[in-house]
Amino acid sequence: MTRKQRRLTMIGGSLAVLALAAGLVLNALRDSIVFFSTPSMAAEKHIPAGKRFRLGGLVENGSLVRGDNLAVSFKVSDGSATLPVAYKGILPDLFREGQGVIAEGALDAAGVFKADTVLAKHDETYMPKDVADALKKQGHWKDDYEKKPGVPGSPQASQGAAK
Amino acid sequence: MIAEAGHYALVLALALALIQSTVPILGARLRDPALMNVARSTALAQLLFVLASFAALVTLHVESDFSVVNVFENSHSLKPLIYKITGVWGNHEGSMLLWVSILALFGGLVAAFGNNLPLSLRAHVLAVQAWIASAFYLFILITSNPFLRIATPPIEGRDLNPVLQDIGLAVHPPMLYLGYVGFSISFSFAVAALLEGRIDAAWARWVRPWTLVAWIFLTLGIAMGSYWAYYELGWGGWWFWDPVENASLMPWLAGTALLHSAVVMEKRNALRVWTILLAILTFSLSLLGTFLVRSGVLTSVHAFATDPTRGVFILLILCIFIGGSLTLYAWRASALKQGGLFAPISREGALVLNNLFLTTACATVFIGTLYPLALEVVTGDKISVGAPFFNLTFAPLFIPLMIAVPFGPLLAWKRGDLLGAAQRLMAAGIAALVAIAVVWAWTRGGAALAPLAIGLAVFVIAGALSDLAERTGFFRLPFATALRRARGLPRSTWGTAFAHAGVGVALIGIVCETTWNSEYIGSMKPDDVANIAGYQLKLDGITQKQGPNFREQIAQFSVKLDGAPLSVMTPSKRNFTTRASSTTEAALLTRGFSQLYISLGDTSADGAIAVRIYHKPLVLLIWFGPVLMAFGGMLSLSDRRLRVGAPKPAKAARGLQAAE
Repeated sequence: MTRKQRRLTMIGGSLAVLALAAGLVLNALRDSIVFFSTPSMAAEKHIPAGKRFRLGGLVENGSLVRGDNLAVSFKVSDGSATLPVAYKGILPDLFREGQGVIAEGALDAAGVFKADTVLAKHDETYMPKDVADALKKQGHWKDDYEKKPGVPGSPQASQGAAK
Repeated sequence: MIAEAGHYALVLALALALIQSTVPILGARLRDPALMNVARSTALAQLLFVLASFAALVTLHVESDFSVVNVFENSHSLKPLIYKITGVWGNHEGSMLLWVSILALFGGLVAAFGNNLPLSLRAHVLAVQAWIASAFYLFILITSNPFLRIATPPIEGRDLNPVLQDIGLAVHPPMLYLGYVGFSISFSFAVAALLEGRIDAAWARWVRPWTLVAWIFLTLGIAMGSYWAYYELGWGGWWFWDPVENASLMPWLAGTALLHSAVVMEKRNALRVWTILLAILTFSLSLLGTFLVRSGVLTSVHAFATDPTRGVFILLILCIFIGGSLTLYAWRASALKQGGLFAPISREGALVLNNLFLTTACATVFIGTLYPLALEVVTGDKISVGAPFFNLTFAPLFIPLMIAVPFGPLLAWKRGDLLGAAQRLMAAGIAALVAIAVVWAWTRGGAALAPLAIGLAVFVIAGALSDLAERTGFFRLPFATALRRARGLPRSTWGTAFAHAGVGVALIGIVCETTWNSEYIGSMKPDDVANIAGYQLKLDGITQKQGPNFREQIAQFSVKLDGAPLSVMTPSKRNFTTRASSTTEAALLTRGFSQLYISLGDTSADGAIAVRIYHKPLVLLIWFGPVLMAFGGMLSLSDRRLRVGAPKPAKAARGLQAAE
């Protein structure tokens, strides 16, 4: 092979791998990303039942009901709308009424959000960022929600999720 | 007083770094050895002052001097001593100080042990190193000074985030930073080569050990962080594809590629332009990681916009260094002569393939990490890119790479024989097929992909072993001869085998943990029994205990295996009063490479406690693999070839000696 042919082989191979990767990325971006919504955004957008999204907001005071066998239900509110959430499993350490929460799952036919993951990526002062941003946008932000970022490279300070 | 001294030492370090970043370059231009040698003394002095500054901060934390903001916000007088020390880097300011200390440490090491480097190369390398250092000293002094005082000192501190009060904090960040920042040396060498417009095989010989050191630490640091997350966060996950983790994975992928392309450059003097680019990219990704974690951009794009000083400062550093070095690269790289030729099927070709897949995989992680940020800035839409994205992109790219791994070391340089290599890998291939068949038969009706993945992992491990067997003639020659040949093998060959086998070992752990993990989640009362994977776990009772700065609720489980008593496990939940937060201390029972894992949830009104119990088969292999990789790296680092030093480029050396 001449130098030119060798170089062409190399460039051709690289382009093939890059094309493959680009295809994989585009495919994955179409199928596997999850959008974030607050209850009022969910109502506005008419998210169909069964479509996965992340629901964020505050756990409404007095709404937490514990059922049998670790089933729990609570309401998530963003000040203007609320959405009932059902979940089965152990809630994260920092899950509290009146605190911010992010749940991942989908709406069922009855309009209840069936969560399979509840994230509580915050300590006593830190709000999940998506929730904080949404609350700020809607004017329900209080200054005492001010957050304190974690440490680099640590397992994301108080990152945790119940699955 | 100590705080002021520490602050002052840091300012002096900045001053020294500024000298170090200009005078040696001037010296190299004027060919004045005295000016070039300034780099050495300033690098060592800079290290001394940074260490003094760091020691000052440690002292303040140990003494619980709450008149210093940083100590007040992150310490507590009742905190155990070890966490008082580790708490130094458990916060933004302190961790940046650790960052520059390690940067200065690497600069100091080059200065101290770089006597065999050509004088002008050393001057350039240390100067570039000082540019980075100056930027970060300025960053600390202007935006994140850890030595600020409070006008009216409080009596008690606000304590460190409880999740960080763990031995993991003592090991993980320093390791990770040694890796991250260690890549600055390869970066400085690359920029120095571009500035000098000269690069030879000896250059790769000097760069490789430094890259290897950084890579070893980064490998261990990431593995350590993953294990820490696994036992501390209480739900048994070990990798979350979280942006903070991706920030450390990206330099690792690029660094692994750099390690391999530097081999080609060293042995065959080929791929020089590419190696330089990789060296620049690897450290750029380290800087990007620092930016992602330190600017607050991950916490909130909006927080970044409203309090921009820190974020914008790091972004500026990022742009100057990445933009500057890439511009320099575009300008000067064409001046570097192209190296040796090789056929596509050859050791070089295999290493190019390795580089191709590693950098592409790195690019997918890059997209997955930054796309949500970019989308939020541009459209305001919030999305999360999680494990599904990376499983669909990262995994398919790693499979061909894993298949290629055993072939690499078996191919000859310049022109390889693929058929011959395949024949020599026959045994490994058979081992893989047997493994697939056995796992398939054992888990009939289970996941279809898992046996294939295990087969792939066995292929990689057996491939590494058959390379060793091939070289020592283990099955062909008498045992004594083979043993003698094994002793005569270069350590780097052993290193390669260990590191490659480590990849396979980690893959087995990952596959087993994700496929055959069994879990039990439920609420238990005393004397309840949970059954999982053949184990019976009985909740004996729940007790309360007072710790130094927390209250602890301990549940005691007695574990039986098929009725025979085995052990006792005590998971607990700690409540930290100062921060009004709690942590879950999981209990682990190790059986071989598998683990039983219990973590506690809330206690309900009727006295039942929610528990999460996992049986994780072969989970320890996930971290044992990286340890093997790092061990391989250390073996390779101890190779005689790297200790005896690089051959001196005859002409350049003479020119410099004449100037002395």
